[in-house]
This record gives sequence, C-alpha cells and structure tokens, in this order.
Amino acid sequence: MSEANLNQEPRIGIFLCDCGTNISSIIDVPQVIEASKGISGVKFVERDSSLCSSAGTKKIRETIERSGVDRVVFAGCSPKNYGSLFESVCQKAGINRYLVAFANIREQCAWAHQDRPKEATIKAINTVQMAAARLQKSEPLQELEIEVHPSTLIIGGGISGMTAALCLANQGFSVLLVEREPDIGGMLNKLYKLYLTNQEVSEILNPVIQSVRNHKNIRILTSASVREVEGYFGDFEVTISVNGGTEKFRAGTIILATGAGTFEPFGMYGYGKHEGVVTQLELEQILKQGKLKHLEKVVMIQCVGAREEKGLTYCSRICCMVAIKNATLIKKLYPDCEVYIIYRDLQTYGKENEEYQSKARELGIRFIEYTPERRPEVFPNGNGKVGVRVYHALLGETLTINSDLVVLSTPLIPNADGKEIAKILKVPLGPDGFFKEAYMEMRSTAFGVNGIYVCGTAQGPKSIDESITQAYAAAALAAIPMQQKKVKIPAMTAEVNEELCIGCQLCLDLCPVHAITFAEGKSMVIEAICRGCGTCAAACPSKAIAVKGFKDEQILAEVEAALK
Amino acid sequence: MEEGEETRKFEPKILAFTCNWSSYSSADQAGISRTFYPPNVQIIRVMCAGRVDPLFVVKAFLNGADGVIIAGCHPNYCRYSGGNRQAEIRVKFLKMLMEEIGVDPARLRIEWISAMEGGRFAQVVQEMVGELKKMGPLLLRK
Repeated sequence: MSEANLNQEPRIGIFLCDCGTNISSIIDVPQVIEASKGISGVKFVERDSSLCSSAGTKKIRETIERSGVDRVVFAGCSPKNYGSLFESVCQKAGINRYLVAFANIREQCAWAHQDRPKEATIKAINTVQMAAARLQKSEPLQELEIEVHPSTLIIGGGISGMTAALCLANQGFSVLLVEREPDIGGMLNKLYKLYLTNQEVSEILNPVIQSVRNHKNIRILTSASVREVEGYFGDFEVTISVNGGTEKFRAGTIILATGAGTFEPFGMYGYGKHEGVVTQLELEQILKQGKLKHLEKVVMIQCVGAREEKGLTYCSRICCMVAIKNATLIKKLYPDCEVYIIYRDLQTYGKENEEYQSKARELGIRFIEYTPERRPEVFPNGNGKVGVRVYHALLGETLTINSDLVVLSTPLIPNADGKEIAKILKVPLGPDGFFKEAYMEMRSTAFGVNGIYVCGTAQGPKSIDESITQAYAAAALAAIPMQQKKVKIPAMTAEVNEELCIGCQLCLDLCPVHAITFAEGKSMVIEAICRGCGTCAAACPSKAIAVKGFKDEQILAEVEAALK
Repeated sequence: MEEGEETRKFEPKILAFTCNWSSYSSADQAGISRTFYPPNVQIIRVMCAGRVDPLFVVKAFLNGADGVIIAGCHPNYCRYSGGNRQAEIRVKFLKMLMEEIGVDPARLRIEWISAMEGGRFAQVVQEMVGELKKMGPLLLRK
C-alpha cells in the first residue's frame, strides 16, 4: 500500500458520461455536475458523451494525468458494461484500480425512472455522492500474482474429457485424465450409431481413444476417483484414489467432464413390469448386438419423465433425435415394420436435424402428438408385450396400437457422483443437479476465475457435437492462464487483524471454500483461495476480519451518503 | 398512482443491498427493459448477500432508512455456495430484534432475484414503497 495515499487527503476526479441522449434527455446533467463539484475532495467533474470510446478513454487518461487526482468516480452506465475497461485505463494513468468507484446513473436511474426526471436527477446526484463517499474510505490494493502450473486435471474420460485432454496435450500441457470406470470412452461406449450420418460410434470413438492413449502428455488413470482437492487456482493439490491406494497430482487447472446418467422410468408405461418395454439406451444395446427380432409394430414415447411440473422439469435436448435415429435404423432393418413416435414437441432444431426428421417421415415413420394432459396409455398385450392407446388430436380419435415393442425416451440426469464432486471442488450445482456453469464466465472484474471449468453433459443434457464444442471451450479457457504462467487474483480478499481476533473460529466454519486456517489462537486467510464473498466479515463478532475493497467503512460510508 | 393526501407527502427511503452477480444485474435489467419503479430506493452493491452485516441494516435504519431490502441469488445459485443462506439466517435474527425494540419487521425484506428478473426487482420495490407509505416514516434518526 502506498503510504503517501493514506496520509494525504483524497483527491477525487469525477467523469460523468451522459451517454449521448440516453442519460442527458432524462437527467439534468448540468445540475448533477454542479452538485458533484461541491463534494468534498472533488478536484474536477469532466463531462463526456462516450467515455467507452477510444477518444473517451484517451480523455480519461489525459485528464487524470493532468489533474493529479488519486481516485476516480465514473458516473454513467452500469459498471457491468465497461467497469474493468475503465479500471484498466485508470491503472495505466497511475491510479490503483481499487480506487475507482462507479455511480450507476443510467440503468439504475435515468432508465428506471424515465417517468420521473426530477426525482431521477436528485437520485443521480445522491448516487454520485455515495460513490465519492465510498472512495473516501477506499485504499489502494495490490493484487496477488500466483504462478500457474502448466498441468490440467480432467475428471471424466468420456468424449468431452478426452477432447479437452487432446486439445491441451497438443499445446504442450500435461494432462491427467481420471476415469471412474475401468475404461475410458464414457457414454459413447454404450452407443451403437449416431444420428445424422447413421455411422457407427466406434468410427469416431476409437480414433479418439487411441490418440489419448498414445499421447505423451496424457496420463490416464482408470477405476480411479478424485478424493480431495486442496490448494488453489494455479496450484491445486489433488488426491486420487486408485488401485487400492492414493496418488497425488499437482494441477494448475481442473476440467470437469463427468458426464450424465440416464433416467430409468420404473413404474412408467409398464417399464420394469413387462419385457416389451425398454428405454432408448437399452434398444441401442439390442441393435448393437444384432439382437432385434423382426417386429411388426414399434411405438416410441417421448418425454418420459422429462418436462414435468415437478421432478425433472427440463428437456433433455437429444431424445427426439435419438428416437428418430433408432426408428430409422429399425425401418432400415425391417422396412415393413410400423414405427410410431409419440411426441410432445419435436426438438429437431436446426438445418440438419430437420432434414433428418424429413427423411424419417419419408421412410414411413409416423409421428403422433400428445399433450401432457392426455398421455398415451399402455396395456398388456400377451407374451410380455405391451400395446399403446393414444389420442390423436388431429384425427380426434384414440388409436390402439398392438405394439411388439415400446421404447421410452428418457432424459439424461445428473451424474450420481455430482454432489460429491461439487463438495470436493467447492463448485455449485444448479437446481436440476447439473453443474452450475457460472464459474465459466471470464469477466475479469471479479471472481469467476478460479481455475475450474466444466464441459459436456456434466453441465446439462446436450448432443455429442455440442459436448465436443464445450470441451474445446473449456480447454481454451484453461489454456489461457497456463500459457500466461501467472495469474493475478482480484485483491478483494479477506484479511484478519490479529490484534482483534478472539479465536472463536466462526469464520473458519462459515467459509464456503475453506480459505481460513487457524494457528496459535488466531485465524488466517489463505489469500489465493479466498473468493471475497465476505460471509466471514459479516459474522465476525469482534470485527477482526475485513474484506479488502468491501470494508465495513466503505459500505457504511455509502449507507450514510445514501440517506443524507 | 392514486394516493391519499397524507401518504403522498411521505416518500419512504429504501436501501437495497444487492449482490453483484444477481440482484444488482436485475436492477440493471429493470432499467434496460424500462420497467419503471419508484426512485425511493438506493442501491448498494456487495459481492454476496452474505457480506451484509446486520450492522449495516441497523445503521441504515438509524440513518433514516424507512425500509431495507437484501437481495441475493436464489437458493442453490450462490456462486460462493451459501452466502445467501447466511443472509437469510441473519435477517431472521434481525427481524426478531426489530420486533423486540418495536420496529415493524416488515421494514426488512430479503429477496431472491436472479440477474434477468428485472421485473421482479421493480415489483419488490413497488410493493415495499406501497407498504412503507402505509406504515409511515420510521423516524429512528437521532
């Protein structure tokens, strides 16, 4: 911290962007400028119409250098838009980026109160005062720079994990691929043919598996699982249990590619009770083993257990295409077989999928729509078979199909290991149980960056090509800090004042990422792990923990200024 | 808005602590979609609803706030895995305290608002302004 800044009176510069007419047509900008000039410590109030433009940023830099201010307020649009840009510009002009505050007078003022311009103006003045008051209590902060180890742990050896592994290994990074099952390949090991091309899965899967096995930068551990992850972004210490023992691995980044499971519809449409009712995945196995006998009538039912009001509320994205593919394969095997697909909505989005559906119709596959209020019903049809009754809305009558086989299209569901992994990695799960991908955001203003990325169906149901695309994305994101070899951690981390700490350890218990340790009766924050949420600071009974950049003094200054 | 003579004179002051990841953005969203809400609210940004110390709420009331809103991410959506739950616990405690000292606990409100729910943000503010107008000013300021 710069001693000079702490001893001198803050010298504040204010940049006010009127955003063309966006702000100036509602708020009385001259009035705001006049009022802002009167704030204690303010050396200038500079108006502009486009601070985010290159001319604007140039002006910012020049004005700061000329004026000798040590902290800056940007009044204008939401800091979510250009916050980090402005902070960088200030940094280049010699202002510590943590001495920059924002007054949101567009989205949260001019636009929200367009119907009350007078009150909007008063509120804008107040908002600028709040930002200046905050700055009065702010301190310059230094960002911690940590080294990023050029190695990645990839959890999951399916198509996503393998794709990410190859992408990173080809760039020269070391990869450890940890797979729970005895073999890599994941869900694709269970599939027969792929839709669009109807080619065999092995044609795309086997080359990938071979490449992964042969790559000098990839190490594979099968029948293995991640037990513990300590350390932090750049230097994770991972403990893996394998072969009855444990292994340790040091990783700079981690990619989650743990895939998904499939819903088993016991009790629905006779599944589990009658032999003649199977899931699409089971049908794939039958087709793969060449065991499909000649059938006369096959009925496929879509959205089984998916898109419900309670339970699994989502659409699993791929089942319509899977059903059409399997229906197509059956028709090619037995052209005279009647195949029905009973659907709610056909998710054959895009150009290629739509064409595939058209071809299926040309083959004679019949599509019947049903609504959740009037679902198809099954009835035993002898010999383990099950027939289907469905109301055909267009015909206005109920059809009875004496099917030989009923195939249920069920959704992908979160991996059973998901909860365990989420706990070990301290990453969130969404309400559906898939990994919540928020931490893939690369907005550098805050804490999205913690070195863990997710791809594939672990994040949600998606097709193979979508999984592969995400795998490349995750690998690209992981490669950035590893290429740069160092990463700066945002400085808004918690800090303990040992004199005040009474050793109650409340902070330790509350910290969601275990960033706090305890030694000699005092708490200590591991800066590289801390994500700056501030839960510890809010709980500390003796006010011994402060979150740099979000100290009590700063927030209370805003509170006071807001209510003057 | 049709209000009585008395209520039209009193304009409640509300402080809203919003979390950077969700509710702060929802307030932005309300502005972007021009979903108007009363200007009685001032917004303070924190990184997580879990940052909100009960002290802040008390100070807000003591400094003249008639109402306080704490807005965070929906349960299960906190990117710090549970700061919003901590906030919820603290609000429960604060409401008990408020009840004890004779301040209507309805003056403190905790809401879960995701980034795209601009309409919800506006609605919450609208509702609170309406309620506070009926309750009258708090007048805890020294």
